Amino acid sequence: MDWVNSIIQGVLVGGLYALFAAGLSLIFGVMRLVNIAHGDLIILSAFLGLTVSTSLDLNPFLSLIIVIPAMAILGYLLQRGILNKTLGNDILPPLLVTFGLSVIIQNSLLELYTADPQKMNAGNIEVASLSLPGGLNIGWYPLIMFIISILIIGILQFIFYKTSLGRAFRATSDDQEIAQLMGLSKNHIFGLAMAISMVVVAIAGIFLGVRTSFDPAAGPGRLIFGFEAVIIGGLGNLWGTLIGGIILGVSQNIGAKINPGWQILAGHIAFLVVLAVRPKGLFHRMDG
Amino acid sequence: MKTEYKVIQSSNASKFSSMIALLIIICLFLAPWWAGRADIRLMSEIFLYLSLASLWNLLAGYCGLVSVGQQAFVGFGGYMLFALTIFSGLNPLIAIPITGLFGALISFPIAFLIFRLRGAYFAIGTWVVAEVFRLSFAQIQSLGGGSGSSLPVAIVKSIASSKAMRESLIYWMILSLTVFILLSVYFILRSRRGIALIAIRDNELASESLGINITKSKLFVYIVTSGLTTVIGALIFLQKLRISPDAAFNVNDWTAFVIFIVVIGGIGTIEGPIIGVLVFFVLRETLSDLGSIYLIMLGFVAIFVMIKAPKGIWGYISNTFKIELFPLSRKLTKFKGE
Amino acid sequence: MPRKILETKKLNAFYGDFQALFEVSIDLFEGEIVSIIGANGAGKSTFMRSVTGLIDKVDNEINFNGLSIKNLRADEIAQKGIAMVPEGRKLFPSLTVEENLLIGSQTKRSGPWKLSSVYEFFPDLYDKKNIPSNLLSGGQQQMAAIGRALMSNPEVILFDEISLGLAPIIIKNIYQNLPLVIKDGMSAIVVEQDINKAIEISDRVYCLQEGRIALTGGSKKLTREEISKAYFGM
Repeated sequence: MDWVNSIIQGVLVGGLYALFAAGLSLIFGVMRLVNIAHGDLIILSAFLGLTVSTSLDLNPFLSLIIVIPAMAILGYLLQRGILNKTLGNDILPPLLVTFGLSVIIQNSLLELYTADPQKMNAGNIEVASLSLPGGLNIGWYPLIMFIISILIIGILQFIFYKTSLGRAFRATSDDQEIAQLMGLSKNHIFGLAMAISMVVVAIAGIFLGVRTSFDPAAGPGRLIFGFEAVIIGGLGNLWGTLIGGIILGVSQNIGAKINPGWQILAGHIAFLVVLAVRPKGLFHRMDG
Repeated sequence: MKTEYKVIQSSNASKFSSMIALLIIICLFLAPWWAGRADIRLMSEIFLYLSLASLWNLLAGYCGLVSVGQQAFVGFGGYMLFALTIFSGLNPLIAIPITGLFGALISFPIAFLIFRLRGAYFAIGTWVVAEVFRLSFAQIQSLGGGSGSSLPVAIVKSIASSKAMRESLIYWMILSLTVFILLSVYFILRSRRGIALIAIRDNELASESLGINITKSKLFVYIVTSGLTTVIGALIFLQKLRISPDAAFNVNDWTAFVIFIVVIGGIGTIEGPIIGVLVFFVLRETLSDLGSIYLIMLGFVAIFVMIKAPKGIWGYISNTFKIELFPLSRKLTKFKGE
Repeated sequence: MPRKILETKKLNAFYGDFQALFEVSIDLFEGEIVSIIGANGAGKSTFMRSVTGLIDKVDNEINFNGLSIKNLRADEIAQKGIAMVPEGRKLFPSLTVEENLLIGSQTKRSGPWKLSSVYEFFPDLYDKKNIPSNLLSGGQQQMAAIGRALMSNPEVILFDEISLGLAPIIIKNIYQNLPLVIKDGMSAIVVEQDINKAIEISDRVYCLQEGRIALTGGSKKLTREEISKAYFGM
């Protein structure tokens, strides 16, 4: 039973990992950019949520009302102001610039908040649990988080495949030049894509901040989880990313059950195994 | 009179600078006699960073393999040094090159895995590998587990009897390694394989169609770089006398700073890391009191350079004055014949 | 006197340090079809790319409806009413046929062309509207590419080598339809390697040779000899 519980926890946290991955995947899909600062932006959202909810005495989830637009605007400006200038045939500039961004964000957070771990308080929902037959206990919060993750991925899919904005994203991703000839402003489209990615990042950050403690240096760890979920699931497939997140979460929990110190290592090993036997991921649709 | 042409690689500037370089190297070797202990330590640090930067530059600037996980090999070298000397009783001086061999060997399976990734995904993959190393070594209790261990005094003393002699020996090893690495990088790039690399860097598709085996070339460079980085790691922790997973596999110390050095100095040039490391240490000596603000500034400078001056300081100088100190390009000159 | 809708004056175009066009002056008047012919590498596509804003380094003038468009971005130029049917069709492979057409209407310009009118003109496309565009035959892709350009209701439409890679009967079909497509006040520039097709379809012709205009005149007035000489640079 304990094992079943562990696995279920792993599945549920997979939803959060899928959220980490979704923002990363979206950006790569549209503009072939991998944002090394992605994890740090998630942590930034968590700290933003912390500040907003404590200073306005709000429930952390309500702080999303401010955090989401703030991160979306930040993303749009970041893309148009800096990141668009790095895009081109050379892989080095975007990589090094986003790496520099990562260093800046981490250390700015360190200066503003100190290295102390923080956590947001959402009240009773954090401990409320659902009792299922067989002695299983599922926390309401992880369950809700999982369901919302699925919803968000569904919404992203809808945007991509059923709206004119999504059409513009896919066209620009296929052929930037021809997309321009059709009247699509590349700079604006990329800015919008980053803004949407930041909306997902904001939500992921708040979820993370309620679920567990976080500190300024936690960014790279989240980036790596998101990245592993993307690679396991396969590039270009958001639902595959969800499966990837689930596999990652379950591997981590199984590892933890064997030895608490092996939790994260177990996840890395699952990733390396997939990389060794199915390098394109389990459900890949796009080439890197 | 018939005019003939020949292809030359050196120029007056490079011949001049190679003489100056030789003089400088000789001076540096004599440092234990003219420099104080603190200065020797500082110079050792500078050389170690120059070595790391040159190797990273070879990988990223010439092979397009951007790694943010070289700390895996730095830490591996440190841990292998401790393991070999503590468990096998080897003299540190012998253990150090052996760590390099181990590093090169372990880079094979690593390459097998991460070469399946491209571009920025490759970069993150190297980071994951470094994390795997960090988490794994933290599990090894005999080497101190999560809190690490110190190098036993007996082993330290086996390097040389007097402290002064020990410091000098380590310093000479580091200096020799640095010179070796710079010359190796230079000769790799001068060689046929090197020209192939530069061609790959400029246009992968075209070079592939000319029959250049890209994967083999990149693999070769990756293995050599990993081995040498491992040796650098061994030397770093021989100096520090203490190792722990967080120090050994620290992203900031062994990757962020290195990247900064190469980017500011000039990526894709041999001279770049030299300039970069000097700038880095000047900044560090003057500004490091500022802690994380210092790092934020480094971040901004790196971003600024990448966007406005992607070829770095040396790139700017080289383009403006058209000079090369490590001559890599081949020029056609007139040569009067009979 | 029909007004001049598009003109380039002594246009120079560069790819980096390499100069591809030398002082090319081409006029397009309202309602006419102008063709540009020339061997491979003569600069025809470069000319098209310069006009649509895809070339970074251009010197001297490109004017559309009297305004300079030389420094505008490609998407701004598309907005102003110049559309291109690119060389090689270049439909978006991730999009269905209908989605490709809808992208064409991104500029939101008004005019007679909308989905229903495009489907009326190209019934084959309607049958295949939900199919990924890269699964279409060459001829159907060409129709889709033309439809996509029409959807932006442009004033000037550029056809870049639309016969490339297509069977003769398909080419014939397309060229038969071309004048019908661009009635209603559109003007067109047709780039072609097939000299016969180019002469047949256009009112005036320009011949490019190594980046320069070697010959220009009324399509039906120039002789075979004159054209061959200019084409091959003899």
